[in-house]
Amino acid sequence: MQKKVIFKGAVLPYLLLAPQLLITGIFFFWPAGQAIYQSFLREDAFGLSVEFVGFENFLDVVRDQTWLDSAGRTLLFSGSVAVLALGSALFLAVQADKHIRGADVYKTLLIWPYAVAPAIAAVLWLFMFHPNIGLFGRMLNGLGIPWDYRLNGNQAMLMVIMASAWKQVSYNFIFFLAGLQSIPRAVLEAAAIDGAKPARRFWTIIFPLLSPTAFFLLVVNLVYAFFDTFGVIHSLTHGGPGKATETLIYRVYTDGVINLNLGSSSAQSVILMLLVVALTVIQFRYVERKVHY
Amino acid sequence: MSVTTDATALAERTRRRQFREKIVTHVCLLAGILIFVFPIYLTLIGSTHDVNTIGRGDVPLLPGAEAVANYTQAWGAGGGRYMGTPAGTMLANSLIMALCIAVGKIAISLTSAYAVVFFRFPLRMVFFWLIFITLMLPVEVRIIPTFQVMVDLGLTNTMAGLVIPLIASATATLLFRQFFLTIPDEYVEAAKIDGAGPIRFFIDVVLPLSRTNIAALFVILFIYGWNQYLWPLLIVNDRSLETVVVGLTKMIGTGDQQNEWNVIMATAVFALLPPVAVVVFMQRWFVKGLTETEK
Repeated sequence: MQKKVIFKGAVLPYLLLAPQLLITGIFFFWPAGQAIYQSFLREDAFGLSVEFVGFENFLDVVRDQTWLDSAGRTLLFSGSVAVLALGSALFLAVQADKHIRGADVYKTLLIWPYAVAPAIAAVLWLFMFHPNIGLFGRMLNGLGIPWDYRLNGNQAMLMVIMASAWKQVSYNFIFFLAGLQSIPRAVLEAAAIDGAKPARRFWTIIFPLLSPTAFFLLVVNLVYAFFDTFGVIHSLTHGGPGKATETLIYRVYTDGVINLNLGSSSAQSVILMLLVVALTVIQFRYVERKVHY
Repeated sequence: MSVTTDATALAERTRRRQFREKIVTHVCLLAGILIFVFPIYLTLIGSTHDVNTIGRGDVPLLPGAEAVANYTQAWGAGGGRYMGTPAGTMLANSLIMALCIAVGKIAISLTSAYAVVFFRFPLRMVFFWLIFITLMLPVEVRIIPTFQVMVDLGLTNTMAGLVIPLIASATATLLFRQFFLTIPDEYVEAAKIDGAGPIRFFIDVVLPLSRTNIAALFVILFIYGWNQYLWPLLIVNDRSLETVVVGLTKMIGTGDQQNEWNVIMATAVFALLPPVAVVVFMQRWFVKGLTETEK
């Protein structure tokens, strides 16, 4: 798209674009290129020599059972976070969309958690479920349920899922609510007059009309669960106990920053980049096709 | 006679059913809110008790008397097993970082969108796509190489290093481009007739028109900046540049029972307050900005 009436200028437009392009070039394209370049190289243990190894880093990553385990764990984690966060947000949005007294107050009270950083959400859950100092953690132990997410891998996974989903609900809520408000009242009223019960109205009218929003949110939630939950995992479990909560992004961090294995870490980064690209492409294609229902 | 009684009975039944449905809705919403408010409530309560009460695990559900002491210690001295960075310093760092990121992103996105929309020049669309593609490159997937670039440029452990790499913004550029395209051509023509150049037009017409969009983006970007985690964790190990979100989790460490939990909770409240306040007070712009930028 282009305006018909424009200004003339040979240098000015480039000057206006320069800051954005410089930052993008130095901090996005250069490092991304480096990641791709390094993913084909291998350094010896002392960093003295570098050799080109082709796709070997990638093959090593994909053949590594612990990486495959991380990938499986990431799928379980991301799927659970997305389902929990989307499900509860949709439920709450449907309730808040009804004509009831205090609807605005309810909306405000459900929107603010958007401002909570993932890492802070993790800290709040730690205060509740710490086995020694947390209210619920102690309660569980008091009831005879051995609860310590620092020792039990499944409990650790449950904790990071809950904290991550908790933080994401308000974001989904905002979008579902906006989606619900854009559904024409007349359609719903016509269905009601025809005798469709609320549940039927929801599944045959509201839900299909919300599906573009839901799909968009699904992609956003998956990206959130893949990347932004690093803060949750880092502050709550550090990927442990063992590797019980080590997701792919956490592994890039440990392999690159802690273990300084650049080749492997870069290869993993490139795999994740491809994943983001795929998700973004799917999203744009789907949105373009589906948005004018 | 019987028709009217039937009608009254039906109306009565409907009213009762609607009343029941309303109660159910209220209960569901209240339960939802409880799940979100309770963790904060517990943290607030925890921050008003002394270290031993929490360490024993006997956190009461009502506030204690140590609020002033805890918040003073958190603000001025910090806590944790090792004396952490004072929350005052960390909050100042977070505030500077969040403000610089929000203002910076808005500024360079405004100018680049202006260039793409109101000028025609070689490589225009190439530049636009270069900016657009960065949507697909979150910091997290290019951690190590970006860190190396920072080391090469000597930007580690500096505020500039915290801020500048995060300033590039595809979403903000897209939003402003979208909005600029809706500015009528007549405005540009009128400006040209009046002898106003592109810079004049930008300052006197485009900026005032973009006010609401800028406000909406500001809220979202401020929170984005405040909540950064991985980036500060990588770039900064100098205590005096610690941001509060990272500093807080460093105070917790491995979650040892012996931590000064009361001070940690007070710091958590400090870390939560500014972004939550921004969302609550600027809710209208925030919701508009969010649903319009990302869709």
